[in-house]
Amino acid sequence: MDWLYQVRWSPYAVGIGIGVLSWFTWLISKKAIGCSTSFARTAGMIEKLIRGKQVEDEPYYQEVKPTIDWQWMLVVGMVVGALISSLLSGDFSWQWVPTRWAAAFGTNPLNRTLVALVGGVLLGFGARWAGGCTSGHGISGTMQLAVSSWISSICFFVGGIAMAQILFGLIA
Amino acid sequence: MKTRSSLIWGFLFGIIFGFLLQKGGVTKYDVILGQLLLEDFTVLKIMLSAVVTGMIGIHLMQSLGWIQLNPKSGSWGKNAIGGLIFGLGFAVLGYCPGTIAGAVGNGYLDALVGGLVGIIVGSGLFASLYPRLKDGILKKGDLGNLTLPRLLKVNDWVVVLPLFALLILLLYLMEQAGL
Repeated sequence: MDWLYQVRWSPYAVGIGIGVLSWFTWLISKKAIGCSTSFARTAGMIEKLIRGKQVEDEPYYQEVKPTIDWQWMLVVGMVVGALISSLLSGDFSWQWVPTRWAAAFGTNPLNRTLVALVGGVLLGFGARWAGGCTSGHGISGTMQLAVSSWISSICFFVGGIAMAQILFGLIA
Repeated sequence: MKTRSSLIWGFLFGIIFGFLLQKGGVTKYDVILGQLLLEDFTVLKIMLSAVVTGMIGIHLMQSLGWIQLNPKSGSWGKNAIGGLIFGLGFAVLGYCPGTIAGAVGNGYLDALVGGLVGIIVGSGLFASLYPRLKDGILKKGDLGNLTLPRLLKVNDWVVVLPLFALLILLLYLMEQAGL
């Protein structure tokens, strides 16, 4: 069982594992792996706490109900799964600033957190605009051969590569 | 399926998914940015091998009548523009909506305090703008739930099998090139 304690697995072992996992989510739950809708449901649940039940009448939350569903639990499970994996291998650590960021932009946690916040807003907004993320479009949608998912996935990387060049090529 | 067991299955599948992402290293900012800077191809290798494996299985199960696939509908205005905005956020944040859950489990506080909050705010922001977008830009260049086989007017397997071979060839060439 040494493999459970290893820090890194081959990317192919991980990818094949995710592929096999997707067979079972379809077979057992009749669902494709995805993540980003859960953040919209969470936003709706928080808005409901603040503004009350009327939030449910908004057009977006009519389509994406602000409730806990299968995918929301999947995302919660992912936190637990990554925690188990990193504890087993000793890779778990409390960390504010990633190494690559620190080398380019310094070790101030506040700077990194504020930029992460801005990045998160763009990411969440873009995921809802595109109707999916790197899981829902990038893996589950492309394997279903959906044209919308292939367009989205290519654009995720086009936008991402361009922005990474700007950040690390021009600004850093 | 009863809701309760559906939620439990979601949680169990999530544990496996998060475990795999962490073992793959993609819960890390450094690995994601390494991919976007075209220095480390871990992200692409994981995604493509997941697609290759998943694609064969789910199409086989569909041909056997065990499952009914549900490709997402979309449009150019929705998927191209949304995808590009997502991409900008992907590079600025250095996690995606899935891997950030793994990053939180890995102990990364920029993900928990910055990124996670940002994604929820961004999602809520989109929800509030949705009434103004839904009949305009999000419908531009409508695609419906078009799939590659329907676009080419062929049986699913006519796309699945060559794509299976092509993606494996691509992964092989990436290894050969030392990526």
